[in-house]
Amino acid sequence: MSRASVRPSASERNAVLEVKDLKKAYGANEVLRGVTFRAEPGKINVIVGASGAGKTVLMRQIVRLERPDSGEILLDGHDITHLGEAALEPHRRRMGMVFQMSALFDSLTVFDNVAFMLVEHTDLSQTEIREKVMRMLETLQIDGTADKMPSELSGGMKRRVAIARALVYEPALLVYDEPTTGLDPITSRTVDDLIVDTAARAGVTSIVITHDMASVYRIADRVSYLYKGTISYTGTLDELREVREPRLREFLDASGVASRG
Amino acid sequence: MSAESQIQRWVNHPAVQPIVALPMGWFREVGDVATLFGQAIYWGTRPPLRFRQWVRALDFVGWGSLFIVGLTSLFVGMVFGLQLVYGFRQFGAENQTGAVIGIALTRELAPVFAALMVSSRAGSAITTELGSMRVTSQIDALIVMSVNPIQYLVVPRLVAGTVAVPMLTMFANVIGCTGAYLVCVHLLGLDPGVFLDKVRWYVDGADVGQGLIKAAVFGLTIMLIACRQGYYATGGAAGVGMATNRAVVHSAVAVLILDYVLSAIITGSGISA
Repeated sequence: MSRASVRPSASERNAVLEVKDLKKAYGANEVLRGVTFRAEPGKINVIVGASGAGKTVLMRQIVRLERPDSGEILLDGHDITHLGEAALEPHRRRMGMVFQMSALFDSLTVFDNVAFMLVEHTDLSQTEIREKVMRMLETLQIDGTADKMPSELSGGMKRRVAIARALVYEPALLVYDEPTTGLDPITSRTVDDLIVDTAARAGVTSIVITHDMASVYRIADRVSYLYKGTISYTGTLDELREVREPRLREFLDASGVASRG
Repeated sequence: MSAESQIQRWVNHPAVQPIVALPMGWFREVGDVATLFGQAIYWGTRPPLRFRQWVRALDFVGWGSLFIVGLTSLFVGMVFGLQLVYGFRQFGAENQTGAVIGIALTRELAPVFAALMVSSRAGSAITTELGSMRVTSQIDALIVMSVNPIQYLVVPRLVAGTVAVPMLTMFANVIGCTGAYLVCVHLLGLDPGVFLDKVRWYVDGADVGQGLIKAAVFGLTIMLIACRQGYYATGGAAGVGMATNRAVVHSAVAVLILDYVLSAIITGSGISA
């Protein structure tokens, strides 16, 4: 495993991710039936859909936790669909992921969680790693938690640490899986602000998978609607407000959230 | 109809299914463990080796099990001494107690008890830890962060089991003999010189070596089973509980079966007439 000491330049830090005709089935259960989707570079691309629509399965294919049955996943034009573990490594290091329930390593402190990628994949000294991690924790306003264990943190704090862990390696693509699920409205808003700030500050391409429409109206640059294993709609927030597509209209109305603006 | 589908029909027949389910499950389990072992060899021989993880695992599996292995082997030695003296006195052979205790401990009791204790204490904890990591997506997080979870989580534990159980076996040999000595000499009045002389006379390096080889195989096996059950755990908290239960039961059965197989191979007898 090669260890990187040089970080990507800013221009390399907003990847283009394209998914073409992606299909995935588990036995007879066809979950993804030909998803085609493009994450715009430097933007917050939100994929919404009802529970069971295949959002998490799509996310697992995008970060290649699973191999799709057919179709293509292109990261900056490179086809990563069928790469083996070793060949995937350089591409994986360009991605960060914030898991639904944070997935912090519960045997490590907050500091060690955030430092994990730097320890594993860079030649930075202990001092440099400490500086970088502490700066990241300060940015996310959780610098007082460095020595705590994840079990001592609230849900909102855990999400922040998970974002810090994903961001510290300066990824070009950041994938959030249901980032506000299980959080109270105020903490949800804080996490949303964090997603927007992160995208604006780091210029990173973000993909957010959610069914929380309140969150969508706060953060999205582009919205795609996943329905029964296919993307049935993609547009901006303004376009979303005018949408007539009946299934999406029903989903938006059922969410009971008034669009902003 | 092809021969294969005909066999599948028989296997899936309601009357046959319960009978074949158990051995099929065992075959699947052995296959999964073998696959995990193959992956561990592949990833264990690629850099980075992460010695810090190895030392942590060794500390948990070995040092952490020292007390419980010492305690159980002390009482195993004591009760074994008690029963042997009682039995041998029936026909005036109690002077042989030291020899039998020495051989039984080094060849059988110490490696088997050390392995069973490590399985109950460390194996179950490892299954629970890896299972929790699996169901809370921590293993997925490792993969996304370009860290191979077999290399990071499984390999150090396999190395720790293979190294620690023989070391604990040596410790159990000493403590078990001490326990037997205390009971035989101080409680039951055996001559200390005779007891120790018999141990020295009958127990040689081959006996100790046999026990250590078994212990290394037991250590590797129980860690493989513990890691396999935890690493592939599904079904949330209940699933992790079931995986831990299976890990402990399968490890105990595997240790006892392997004990016979290894004894037969090492002694060159007991396989065929």
